[in-house]
Amino acid sequence: MDLELSESELAFQAEARAWLAANVPAEPLPSLDTAEGFVLHQAWEAKLAAERWSVVSWPKEYHGREASLVEWIIFEEEYYRAGAPLRVSQNGIFLLAPIIFEHGTPEQQDRFLPSMATGERVWAQCWSEPEAGSDLASLKSSARRVSTSSTTGESGWVLNGQKIWCSRAALAQWGFGLFRSDPEAQKHAGLTYFLFPLDAEGVTVRPIAQLDGEEGFAEVFFDDVFVPDTDVLGAPGDGWRVAMSTAGNERGLSLRSPGRFTAAADRLLALYDERPDPRVADRVVDAWLKAEAYRLYTWGTVTKLKDGGDIGAAGSVNKVWWSELDVALHETALDLLGPDAELESRWLDGYTFSLSGPIYAGTNEIQRNIVAERILGLPREPKGVQK
Amino acid sequence: MKFELTTDQQDFAASLDSLLAAADTVAAARGWAAGDHAAGLKLWERLAEQGLTMLATEASPVEVCVAFEALGRHAVPGPWVEAAAYLPVALGAEVEGVATVAMPRALDADVADAVYAVVGDTLHTATAGKAHTSVDRSRHLFDVTPGDAVEHGDLAAAYDLAVLATAAQLLGAGERVLADAVTYVKQRKQFGREIGSYQAIKHKLADVRIALDFARPLVLGAALDPTPRAVSAAKVACADAAYLASRTGLQVHGAIGYTQEFDLSVWITKIRALVTAWGTPAAHRARILETLRSA
Repeated sequence: MDLELSESELAFQAEARAWLAANVPAEPLPSLDTAEGFVLHQAWEAKLAAERWSVVSWPKEYHGREASLVEWIIFEEEYYRAGAPLRVSQNGIFLLAPIIFEHGTPEQQDRFLPSMATGERVWAQCWSEPEAGSDLASLKSSARRVSTSSTTGESGWVLNGQKIWCSRAALAQWGFGLFRSDPEAQKHAGLTYFLFPLDAEGVTVRPIAQLDGEEGFAEVFFDDVFVPDTDVLGAPGDGWRVAMSTAGNERGLSLRSPGRFTAAADRLLALYDERPDPRVADRVVDAWLKAEAYRLYTWGTVTKLKDGGDIGAAGSVNKVWWSELDVALHETALDLLGPDAELESRWLDGYTFSLSGPIYAGTNEIQRNIVAERILGLPREPKGVQK
Repeated sequence: MKFELTTDQQDFAASLDSLLAAADTVAAARGWAAGDHAAGLKLWERLAEQGLTMLATEASPVEVCVAFEALGRHAVPGPWVEAAAYLPVALGAEVEGVATVAMPRALDADVADAVYAVVGDTLHTATAGKAHTSVDRSRHLFDVTPGDAVEHGDLAAAYDLAVLATAAQLLGAGERVLADAVTYVKQRKQFGREIGSYQAIKHKLADVRIALDFARPLVLGAALDPTPRAVSAAKVACADAAYLASRTGLQVHGAIGYTQEFDLSVWITKIRALVTAWGTPAAHRARILETLRSA
């Protein structure tokens, strides 16, 4: 058992560190949920992609470096340690790309992956509906088969309905989501995974301001939107299985690498040095300690995956931990800031963002049920009333 | 990079576990608590034969942690941290027989062949005095009077290994309480269904699972590199997680869990004692902050 990096991993780390030190913007970019910030973040993605740092684990033909899982974690640690910008393309590269690699056709891979890697096309996640949040399989937005479109002559599907809490949708170019393609099928069956441009005819995007006043998400209305067969991901009717592989990614390793929290814990310690307050000291220690636990836990996960294991329900353990750590870490920073805490600052932005963690990607209540039922083996709650 | 126990280490853990599972350690702990040390001392000899008293000098801190997690899981009584973690490093040699050291009181000095005390930066022999009753009835604590100074090795390293061993013991005890609580809530029915099917119970136990899952890598990380900061982090996390396990375990058992007769009491009281043994969580948090700020 060891935590030692190999020569080549150390070389990779040194290269990433040097490049980031030379290229990370000196001043934080404006929020990626503003029109100005969005474009600047896209430009940053393009810069990353030019030197093959935007999607290090991807194949070389799609701007990647074919980095190993260990190298990917190393890169993420360096990325956040360097104070680099948030990833405007994260929905695409972390949530959609693994699905395109696994379920997409070669044609879809060639068509969608390069522009995702360069940040040229940013993707919005369109999953939730007003009546389907944590109970995602109860979604009602529909897809109806059409043999030939009246406008293009292609065969495909017509989408109708409404999606909500679509992150990045206010500014993104394309979206991905599940639609009910077979109303007769059982709840989880009969769903199909679609990709669609957000400026397509019949799509209306209505931005929604978040707690921080910025339009980080939107509701999206579909009124007879035509999607060709070539933009269906996976087999029609197989959308649930396809989507669940992204949910695992989101809760597990791919979206919240430990570097984010270890870097934030380091900044919290620096803040403590500027404004020491013994009444908050223990919480500063706990934030550092929990970030450190998460870092080490992740190496354990990496070992399991390298040995051919599966994360499975442990992704839910992970998600509860990082999301609650993120909130606690930022709350602690605000307490150190005292009366200044209410003023606009990077800590306040981080705090507001952290509040979404226990809600998105499946609420922490859902995650705790998964831990209890699938890991501890506790009995399922009796079924509620089905409408 | 391979952050997981090796096959040999896993085998060692499994063999200790099966030995202890077959040994009626609860009866030994209850006997020890009542002043009848026979079963506990017999168990001590068997574990010494398995090499537990030589791990600190002959193996790595990882093996020490594997062993102490098993000791905690099975509530094995006796001054194990003192004799198998602290003293071998402090004295620079494996301890023969049962020995203990005052920190600040000497655990089980009445059954120890040798008693030590730390005075400033030096190690001394000691004689036991007044006895105190612990929340864990199987821990008999004694005031000591230091005698002659003895030659010693790195006392700071000895302390850190003892802290780490205590953390591992807490982890094992916490895992045991969680396992027993899960078994219980799957059997116990109220209002016509197993109480483990209620979300309120599920979420409490899920939180224990999560806390223990994130305490373990801190123990293993500290075992690979036992710096003061790393062992303190392991102790804080394991104390918090095990204590959460004990409170939750008691709560889901209801009144039966509050009785001394029910075996859960053996772990609940041991966890409470170990939370403050070898440095309180507050002291370890202060030590972590100090090392972080001077980094």
